[in-house]
Amino acid sequence: MSSTINQSAAELARRIAAREQSSEEITRAHLDRIEQVDADVHAFLAVDAERALKQARAVDAKVAAGEKLGPLAGVPIAVKDTYCYQGLPTTAASRILEGWLPPYDSTVVSRLLAADMIILGKTNLDEFAMGSSTESSAFGPTRNPWDLERIPGGSGGGSAACLAAFEAPLALGSDTGGSIRQPAAVTGTVGIKPTYGGVSRFGLIALASSLDQPGPCARNVLDAALLHEVIGGFDPADSTSINEPLPDLVGAARKADIKGLRIGVVHELGGEGYAPGVEQRFAEAIEILSGLGAEIIEVGCPHFEYSLAAYYLIMTAEASSNLSRYDGMRYGLRVGDDGSATTEEVMRLTRAAGLGDEAKRRIMLGTYALSAGYYDAFYGSAQKMRTLIARDFASAFEKCDLLISPTTPTTAFKLGERLSDPMAMYKCDLCTMPASLAGISAASLPIGLSPADGLPVGLQVMAPAMADERCYLLGGALEAALNDRWGASLLDRIPEVGRPAGSQETSR
Amino acid sequence: MSVYVNDDLMDYDEAMARFDVVIGLEVHVELNTASKMWCGCTTEFGGEPNSHTCPICLGLPGSLPVVNAKAIESAIRIGLSLGCEIAQWCRFARKNYFYPDMPRDYQVSQSDEPLCFDGEVTVEVDGEEHLIPVERVHMEEDAGKTTHIGGSGRIHGAGYSLVDYNRSGVPLMEIVTRPIYGTGTKGPEVARTYLAYLREMMRALGVSEARMERGNMRCDANVSLMPKGSTELGTRTETKNVNSLKSVEAALRYEIRRQAAVLAAGGRVRQETRMWNEGGFTTAGRSKEHAEDYRYFPEPDLVPVAPSREWVEELRATLPEPPAARRARLQAAWGFTELEMRDINGVEGALELIAETIEAGAPASAARKWWVSDLARRANEAGVALDEVGMSPGQVAALQALVDSGALTDKLARQVIDGVLAGEGEPADVVAARGLAVVSDDSALSAAVDVAIEANPGIAQKIRDGKVQAAGALIGAVMKAMAGQADAARVRELILEKLG
Repeated sequence: MSSTINQSAAELARRIAAREQSSEEITRAHLDRIEQVDADVHAFLAVDAERALKQARAVDAKVAAGEKLGPLAGVPIAVKDTYCYQGLPTTAASRILEGWLPPYDSTVVSRLLAADMIILGKTNLDEFAMGSSTESSAFGPTRNPWDLERIPGGSGGGSAACLAAFEAPLALGSDTGGSIRQPAAVTGTVGIKPTYGGVSRFGLIALASSLDQPGPCARNVLDAALLHEVIGGFDPADSTSINEPLPDLVGAARKADIKGLRIGVVHELGGEGYAPGVEQRFAEAIEILSGLGAEIIEVGCPHFEYSLAAYYLIMTAEASSNLSRYDGMRYGLRVGDDGSATTEEVMRLTRAAGLGDEAKRRIMLGTYALSAGYYDAFYGSAQKMRTLIARDFASAFEKCDLLISPTTPTTAFKLGERLSDPMAMYKCDLCTMPASLAGISAASLPIGLSPADGLPVGLQVMAPAMADERCYLLGGALEAALNDRWGASLLDRIPEVGRPAGSQETSR
Repeated sequence: MSVYVNDDLMDYDEAMARFDVVIGLEVHVELNTASKMWCGCTTEFGGEPNSHTCPICLGLPGSLPVVNAKAIESAIRIGLSLGCEIAQWCRFARKNYFYPDMPRDYQVSQSDEPLCFDGEVTVEVDGEEHLIPVERVHMEEDAGKTTHIGGSGRIHGAGYSLVDYNRSGVPLMEIVTRPIYGTGTKGPEVARTYLAYLREMMRALGVSEARMERGNMRCDANVSLMPKGSTELGTRTETKNVNSLKSVEAALRYEIRRQAAVLAAGGRVRQETRMWNEGGFTTAGRSKEHAEDYRYFPEPDLVPVAPSREWVEELRATLPEPPAARRARLQAAWGFTELEMRDINGVEGALELIAETIEAGAPASAARKWWVSDLARRANEAGVALDEVGMSPGQVAALQALVDSGALTDKLARQVIDGVLAGEGEPADVVAARGLAVVSDDSALSAAVDVAIEANPGIAQKIRDGKVQAAGALIGAVMKAMAGQADAARVRELILEKLG
């Protein structure tokens, strides 16, 4: 592995600014890596090599001209294929949008480009971000670089896997119920779901509007903070965007000091159904945090047990409405338009062919949840439960500054293992859904490999809305302590792509 | 397309004798904000199909709406003008249903949290006041326009359909009344008067052109009958496609007569949507027996609207004089009779145009005369609205100034109107180009009088003999010779001078 692709984004940016290494060379190294390993990993749905190199040369020219550039200028990034980016198809991994070329850029993509970042391509996901394994992608699953027989998490499996496979130093994700955090946990990477409204949704293909939140994916906490500051902040094009300045995230990641912070361990997010290997690593992390001077408190959040039910009613209800526009009438796939079929027949045939089973399942669930006679019992009750969950958080945050839990109950499972059992699949997001429902900030941080299977385990940290810096504060501190203990970062232990986990072979 | 109509109709007076009428009106008003409800696209009428669109009003994947603050302001002013309460906090809601000209397959509207609610207005019909209870005023968006090509022009049988999204996302207000009881035999007229009131109000507020013929203002008219003495509401029908004041009245009369006949024959009125046909009848549309499930839920892409009380009071202070008060004030100021005022009210847009003409310097009676008789007839013949007839209030005032100065007679002035409407320029230009000015050169007139006297020796002798009333015939001859461009009074003077 070259000495370029294993570097942090911060280091790459430093090299570019210092003219030690060109953005073009760095970009080419990543494109080469994609060429080399992506046939196995399948993190990318589209690679934009030519334009990326052109963008890189433009940045190099600016650097040569002595222009003062942003902190990630010239650094390559991969973008989840739910963000509109002109010149590349935006598909949300669905047949129904196959080949659709958006005529506009999403706000986050515009901000990446304005920050002189280099967009390598679009990453794979579960169809319309519906899933926890990328197996519902219409274009085939992504594989976990730790073990190619295993899932990389979802929906943003492509964005997490491309980081773990060193195909990109940074990636853009979107999190509705855990789509940034759960893939981060099972790939040993870092993922942050910002406060709802903290990063603009304009140009993000919607799954569930009241839950969707764009966020950064990275291999370390500082890189995530740097990217978060590039994409975050008020956007007048998104009505739900918060019109307040972002907290100092990079400063918090660097400060990495949790002395005196009160950290609550959520009682309800553990115990039965949690893999012993996950619980063991989580317990060790708590000890480390305690050793760093944090005060550890156990807190109860009694309504969290209703998260899954509330989440699957609200998310499916909103999704059923958001996805109704994919009807074959205006763009994307159209099936059966042979001149004899009615509009309704064309719509039916298009949706039958263009949408996968999981999308159909959620559209049907959501349609029922909103139907006359069911609305109060389903959607209405779910909204009440959402309020109670938010109150659980509010009272927990009176007692502590941060909450922690495992990110997921288990490590990465094998491809195909949960496909026939939607409930088992939905439980992947058991720990991540509460923060989504409450709209608060949350992150997943790598805390080691499970002794049971040698696969990564993630810790979730949750902070009050618009206090995202606390996630970075804890993240920076925990990461430093763990790297000290391990003598390297967790990803230094990842097997070279193509070899099974646990073989103890490392490339470096 | 021919429609065979075989509805039995009861005589209106008989229907009135046997049934009480309950009316409900849903009026959609397109606001005249410069930009659309959720995006910066222009709301300008016309334009190449799909030229006034962007990813937002095309509902493309990933696009998000942002509320047009001016539309909220207009809605609140409308609500206040209708005596409504203004919600402290309310949300938009998605109304989910499919139609190709609605790009997201849901309409953003308001459901159980309207911005304005519980208002009322009073309208006067034949000296009687009728209270119209207003249930709500809520905000929503317009859809695009579908044109079916081939077949009969309807969706079934069409070869293909074209969709124009230029109107997609134009702000709409929906004003919904509660059931209106107690209109006696005047229900259809009350409905018409209420619509005229709304139209005038929208224009006075400056929030909409409120042109029914352009679809700026649309009405769905609900009506049901109950046998006299009954208190149980009958089954209602909702008539759509009602595109003028006249149609509202006619459609309601028709539905009342049709429903009365159905009920009198022991039948049951079907709950349905009916379409008004300008041929003078309604036809059955969609059945509403099984109401469509729109699966309303709060629009998660938009934050709630929470107008501060201070803002609402600021807006209240900007409200114009209520239409009825204004009309009474103008009638007194202009010295018009009830009948004259009713004529003005009967012509859409006349009141405004007359007011502007008077402001431009014309006497009130002249302004009324030109607009209500001459120009209203021309507009009617051309099938356009009065303010699109091709002559402005300023031009009418200029025309009247020429008449007042003696340069034109009323008859010549009508020819000047012809010229202005034909696009020949300002009234003075038309006068010059067509050579229409009253001939005040006495030598030319005098010569013409001489010719007339010579040609009519008998009449001339009668006048010489003192039969002054015979002068009329000579005046007519002179006027004819002068192609009407003479001041008849001066001609008379000259004749009497010469023969006196």
